[in-house]
Amino acid sequence: MAKSFFVDTSRCTACRGCQVACKEWHGHRAVPTRQRGSHQNPPELTPFNFKIVHFNEHMIDGRVEWLFFPEQCRHCVTAPCKDVADMYVEGAIVIDEPTGAVLYTDKTKELTIDQANEVKETCPYNIPRRDEDTGLVTKCDMCIDRVQAGMLPICVKTCCTGTMNFGERDAMLKLAEERLASVKKTHPKAELLDVDALNVIYLVTQPRTMYYEFAERKADPMTRKQLLAKFGKPVKRLFG
Amino acid sequence: MTNHWVDIKNADSILIMGSNAAEHHPISFKWVLKAKDKGATVMHIDPKFSRTSARSDFHVPLRSGTDIAFMGGMIKYILDNEAYQKQYMTEYTNAAFIVGGDYSFKDGMFAGYDAKTRTYDRKKWAFALDENGVPKRDKTLKDPRCVFQLMKKHYERYDLDKVSAITGVSKDNLLKVYKTYAATGAPDKSGTVMYALGWTQHSVGVQNIRSAAIIQLLLGNIGVAGGGINALRGEPNVQGSTDHCILWHILPGYLPVPSSQWQNLDEYNKANTPVSKDPMSANWWGNRPKYMASLLKGWFGDAGTKENGFGYDLLPKVEPGVDYSYMYLFQRMYEGKIKGGFVFGTNPCQSVPNSLKVRKAMDNLDWLVVGEVHHTETSDFWHRPGVDPKKIKTEVFLLPSCQRAEKGGTISNSGRWHMWHHKAVDPMGESKPMGQMIVEIFDAIRQKYKKDGGAFPDPILALDLPGDYDPDYLAKKINGWYTRDVVDGDKTYKKGDQVKNFTLLKDDGSTISLNWLYSGCYGPDGNLSLRRDLSQDEMQAKIGLFPKFSWCWPVNRRILYNRASVDLEGKPYAPEKAVIAWNGEKWIGDIPDGGWPPMASGKGKYPFIMQTEGHGQLYGPGRMDGPFPEHYEPAETPVKSHPFSKQLSSPVMKVIKSDMDVLAKPGDPKYPIVLTTYSMTEHWCGGGDTRNTPPLLEAEPQLYVEMSHELAKEKGVKNGDAVILESARGKVEAIAMVTIRMRPLNIQGKTVHLVGMPFCFGWTTPGVGDATNRLTPSVGDPNTTIPEYKACLVNLKKADKVTELNMS
Ligand code: SF4
Ligand code: SF4
Ligand code: SF4
Repeated sequence: MAKSFFVDTSRCTACRGCQVACKEWHGHRAVPTRQRGSHQNPPELTPFNFKIVHFNEHMIDGRVEWLFFPEQCRHCVTAPCKDVADMYVEGAIVIDEPTGAVLYTDKTKELTIDQANEVKETCPYNIPRRDEDTGLVTKCDMCIDRVQAGMLPICVKTCCTGTMNFGERDAMLKLAEERLASVKKTHPKAELLDVDALNVIYLVTQPRTMYYEFAERKADPMTRKQLLAKFGKPVKRLFG
Repeated sequence: MTNHWVDIKNADSILIMGSNAAEHHPISFKWVLKAKDKGATVMHIDPKFSRTSARSDFHVPLRSGTDIAFMGGMIKYILDNEAYQKQYMTEYTNAAFIVGGDYSFKDGMFAGYDAKTRTYDRKKWAFALDENGVPKRDKTLKDPRCVFQLMKKHYERYDLDKVSAITGVSKDNLLKVYKTYAATGAPDKSGTVMYALGWTQHSVGVQNIRSAAIIQLLLGNIGVAGGGINALRGEPNVQGSTDHCILWHILPGYLPVPSSQWQNLDEYNKANTPVSKDPMSANWWGNRPKYMASLLKGWFGDAGTKENGFGYDLLPKVEPGVDYSYMYLFQRMYEGKIKGGFVFGTNPCQSVPNSLKVRKAMDNLDWLVVGEVHHTETSDFWHRPGVDPKKIKTEVFLLPSCQRAEKGGTISNSGRWHMWHHKAVDPMGESKPMGQMIVEIFDAIRQKYKKDGGAFPDPILALDLPGDYDPDYLAKKINGWYTRDVVDGDKTYKKGDQVKNFTLLKDDGSTISLNWLYSGCYGPDGNLSLRRDLSQDEMQAKIGLFPKFSWCWPVNRRILYNRASVDLEGKPYAPEKAVIAWNGEKWIGDIPDGGWPPMASGKGKYPFIMQTEGHGQLYGPGRMDGPFPEHYEPAETPVKSHPFSKQLSSPVMKVIKSDMDVLAKPGDPKYPIVLTTYSMTEHWCGGGDTRNTPPLLEAEPQLYVEMSHELAKEKGVKNGDAVILESARGKVEAIAMVTIRMRPLNIQGKTVHLVGMPFCFGWTTPGVGDATNRLTPSVGDPNTTIPEYKACLVNLKKADKVTELNMS
């Protein structure tokens, strides 16, 4: 049984402990940022930020709703990004069977810029990022080194509010359903996002479009056949 | 905190005011959310909608500097609706005390004011005493001079209309908070108040907190699980540093600093040891001479003799009436009266109000020693923007300090838990713990005095401070030991034995303790700050009390004044979350505030043992600015009058005077906007540390000013634009963060705008902006001289060009 995250955004205080801890654990360098009129920084994921907390504010019935969304790779149950990468470089993206983690390897460097872009394009959540300097394509790795050593992912370990949870998929699904039932009492629009397709299950209290662009699922995951059809040209180029 | 972090989960109602807990004390929300899960209502009252508000049940915006008006309205609501906990109020607070005939209150002024010295004669506020010298009481609460009746009269004026007009809070919102919170007056319910610098940093800071204390006492919320007055301390060890006297006016353990008016230890003890004629009052401070003698013996060892007051005679003494706190210190520096000094772990050129003046004052120094992890605006003041380093005469020594993880020792958290932390790695390069620097510097001075003599070498040569820094030795000494063999009752102690706790400290020089409050942390059972044992009994488990995890002052008592949580028979008011209970023979649960039997036995003592009269102070005659909190406007206010009295601002607030300390007039059209300043999650205080931590600077890279859409529109400013803010003292560049989280307020029928800024950005980190405190005034609370960082006046405009912020 795969591992899953349950991310209960109704508890998130946007403290960004997870965002910073993720960087620290991976030894990621800081990227240059500027204040642009929002607390959200860096504005989006980078090769050195596998996790970003999104801030979005809305006025609903005279009440401020400040919505926080700690974004990361969803570790899709069937990962469309892998399907694409597999067509070009076998082993660039692999699945760690015991955990279900979708892992990007060193071989992603062998993907061309266009291919890397296709991988990104295919991701329904706009997650993968390519390091321009090394060509490495990266994203959240579920802190696989920690998980394999019996520890929690660092973003879960550092979260003090109970927003970030991690464990066996069954247990996470159960927790998610319980929390949903409880949160619905005060937030009738609360829902779990794409539960069946993902190993990172988000609970949101407002319509998902209000969080950020890719809180919405861009498209349904495509089958390998659809993919081949869609990306037929570059595949041919690769083999031709 | 009277309580502790875990205990927040026991609250039925949580009032977060004067604090942005989720952002500045993120872990606190672990417990706030647990309380919320169990059905507690979480309310956030604050000028700005913050991450705290986002996770609260509701947020109520109010104008910065009007907290007493808001709380005064709540006191009136509780009294009008008889929402108080009657027995608790009558028995455990001074509600029934009769106030002496000299006390009066007229049009914003208490009796005893001297306009020349801007001080009150507090003797005028004393209680009326009976023939035995015990305060008179009327437990029917009918006497017009009893505290309860005087309080009713005092807060009569704080009606919803007036409070709403001056705070900008709608009447609906006022009632919503008052009603919800007042419900915790039920004996089995509790409410907690979480506050921080949003309350202290005002010219009425102490009275902000007093107003909360009154509410908590009326509702029976002190001493109980899920209650208390909970100061969320800033730095992980700010509680410890306060306990160990980081402030000038106290010695470790809250003993008053020696003053030239008390030339010897007897005079000191006489002036500072309260006396109670009431046999039911424990009057704990009556023990002060024991604590002072043990401290002095700890400092001076064998050189502290009975003849020299155990070394009291060797101590420097302050002059009565002189304020040595840092705003005055920088004033004296500005006047050229200070030649040099040491700065450890603080960045005054960034974090003291009116920073332009502070920076200029530093130019007058001949020498400066800074102990720091990084270069700061203070260590580098001599080459700050706009200054020619060649023209600065100061010689600066920068001593590299190691980081937290590079040293072992104890810290005390807000809940008074005294915890050892272990060194993780060796200090980098030549860096050292600051404690090490201090003993080394002191030892060098001592050697020099030994060799060369000097004007008055005795205090330096007599000090019993080893030349090596050993945190374990210091922890032991803080607890204290016997200086000779002692027979105490039926027990014998050997010279060098660790003292069990402060109840055994003596005033005859036979014991030492560097801080009586901590005596018990390292007794015969060893260093209890090392404990990480989570075991607890059933009663303790119910309220999340972990008596074997670390150690807590005093004597491991986790909830202060816990004997107020039980009725006169010793039965808990809230049986489901009992803190202590009398089982017929002894108290069970938490360590009680003294082991005396319940009050009904006739052998009990009043629960508020640190007060001379043993009662919680609804009426507090010891404060500089009055026995009841009264609304006064901040020193800089957008209004010219307020509805409660003709006295616009505090008649006793501290106002520093110099050519650079200019204040805007009340309602000044040049500076119509209220500015409040704050910390943030990602940066620590003045930012000297965190701006040098790249992932944190990445998350919060530059100075911003949060403002409403309405104000932005008025000023032609768009989100992300650079703006210039100006106060009567200075100008600051910042990026506009235009947000619905700030709202204009309706104050007395007029629109008042508020803006908020963090103060962590400084010029030593290029392009991030520079000190926000260039805007704030040198005005302070009359009791503490804490500056009024939270409310002043500014104006702002869109910037044509910027020099402090990197825009690309
Ligand atoms: S650590 Fe937890 S509470 Fe903090 S931002 Fe991340 S998910 Fe939210
Ligand atoms: S979220 Fe995107 S990157 Fe992550 S596994 Fe799914 S498709 Fe791949
Ligand atoms: S699981 Fe690890 S890699 Fe993924 S977001 Fe959390 S901390 Fe970052």
